Amino acid sequence: MSYQFEFADVLEQWPLFLKGIRLTVQLSALAVVFGFVVGLLTAIGRRSDTPWLAWSCGAYVEAIRNTPLLVQIFIVYFGFAALGWKVSVFSAATAALIINLGAYTCEIVRAGMDSINKGQIEAAECLALTKLQIYRYVILVPALEKVFPALASQFVLLVLASSVTSQIGAEDLTAVASRIQSETFRSFETYITVAIIYIVLSYLARVLFWAVGLIVFKRRRRLGLAF
Amino acid sequence: MSPIIEINDVHKNFGHLKVLNGVSFDIERGEVVAVIGRSGSGKSTMLRSVNRLEKIDRGRLVVCGHVVSDPSVDLHQLRRDVGIVFQSFNLFPHLTVRENVALGPRVARKLGRAETAKISEAALARVNLLEKLDVYPEQLSGGQQQRVAIARSLAMEPQVMLFDEVTSALDPYLTGEVLGVMEDLARGGMTMLVVTHEMEFAKRVANSIIFMNEGRVWERGPGGMLDDPQTLELRQFVGKT
Ligand SMILES: Nc1ncnc2c1ncn2[C@@H]1O[C@H](COP(=O)(O)OP(=O)(O)O)[C@@H](O)[C@H]1O
Ligand SMILES: [Mg+2]
Repeated sequence: MSYQFEFADVLEQWPLFLKGIRLTVQLSALAVVFGFVVGLLTAIGRRSDTPWLAWSCGAYVEAIRNTPLLVQIFIVYFGFAALGWKVSVFSAATAALIINLGAYTCEIVRAGMDSINKGQIEAAECLALTKLQIYRYVILVPALEKVFPALASQFVLLVLASSVTSQIGAEDLTAVASRIQSETFRSFETYITVAIIYIVLSYLARVLFWAVGLIVFKRRRRLGLAF
Repeated sequence: MSPIIEINDVHKNFGHLKVLNGVSFDIERGEVVAVIGRSGSGKSTMLRSVNRLEKIDRGRLVVCGHVVSDPSVDLHQLRRDVGIVFQSFNLFPHLTVRENVALGPRVARKLGRAETAKISEAALARVNLLEKLDVYPEQLSGGQQQRVAIARSLAMEPQVMLFDEVTSALDPYLTGEVLGVMEDLARGGMTMLVVTHEMEFAKRVANSIIFMNEGRVWERGPGGMLDDPQTLELRQFVGKT
């Protein structure tokens, strides 16, 4: 059994790979930024004393966490169409990823917020801070700090999961790979190349999140604590 | 002048447990009142009711002119006027000492940068911690952390300070430095309601002592009352038979 690796034809397609990488990075970056915001807001919503708000946020999270990402992407894509809105494949893919990541982020962030000592929240109330001020100044940073590794892993998973958007025709790295392999007839080499690119992307994402952590969590930086 | 704290026949249950059972007493402006009593006698619940961390079921509670027993009381104003320090220091771990103390003035009182800095530093000077401005709570001893917590309350420039067993988590040496700060505050004219196990401190610093038992004010008197208890319960509490 011997297989002759032949990467030359595949690597010749580097401009296409580059295009795919760009789209994957754009999709992932938008999804992470806005998915994080959605997750943060729904976490606060789930912890709210207002029953309908807490319930709606909970229902959203459960619905997303119990359905496949691919199905969510189809629902968003065909949903926009059914509503008569003309949106690009890219917009639909981004929206679906944001909705998906928002739900997972919500649960992670909520766990962090729940772990904040009640005494600290009480102390903040006694300093005449409002609920939102308490979230902003007392809960947010320590809560994110506690769950930061889990959050970073979830974001890296999102980068990888974004490959599913190729199913609705987004020209991401995975979609590009499928084109390259059908032109070069070098499927194995093509997907090995793509796998290596994903590994590099994941690794770069981790480094980026680590750097963001250093900037945001001033205390860790100052005291030289590792995550 | 009317008392700065008026507590009149206050009742509070937790489920079926009667915790406050008709508490009544007044505190005048500038007075220092120590509250003693067995664990479970309702001291913390009474103290927490004063700035409405607990809602009372019945009775009248007026603090700095705010009718705390009225459900529509302005909590923001109440909490600006009443500071509280807890047994567990409850500092914000992600903020430096300076930031912990500045949070109230800057965010709740909406003061500018310069004024916030001035007030924070004045508050930290009162607890002798000016040299620790830029360290984090975890880098401080328990006594220092508790003094930061006191400064954090002082930076709100409250009219009344509440203390709930603030030295119970500290060893005797650190207890001393915290009690010292509280004694300075008392001499400076602050109105204080102090739940404590430190009998010597109560006798020396307080204008009067309240002995709580079964959710009521059982005895109230000057420091000397500890040497001459009128009730069996206080006699047992101070360890005399
Ligand atoms: N949030 C609460 N829920 C239920 N029971 C409570 C609560 N807080 C206090 N208690 C009970 O009320 C009683 C009085 O408590 P507390 O006011 O803390 O007394 P003290 O401070 O004098 O030790 C205790 O039996 C305590 O267990
Ligand atoms: Mg207590």
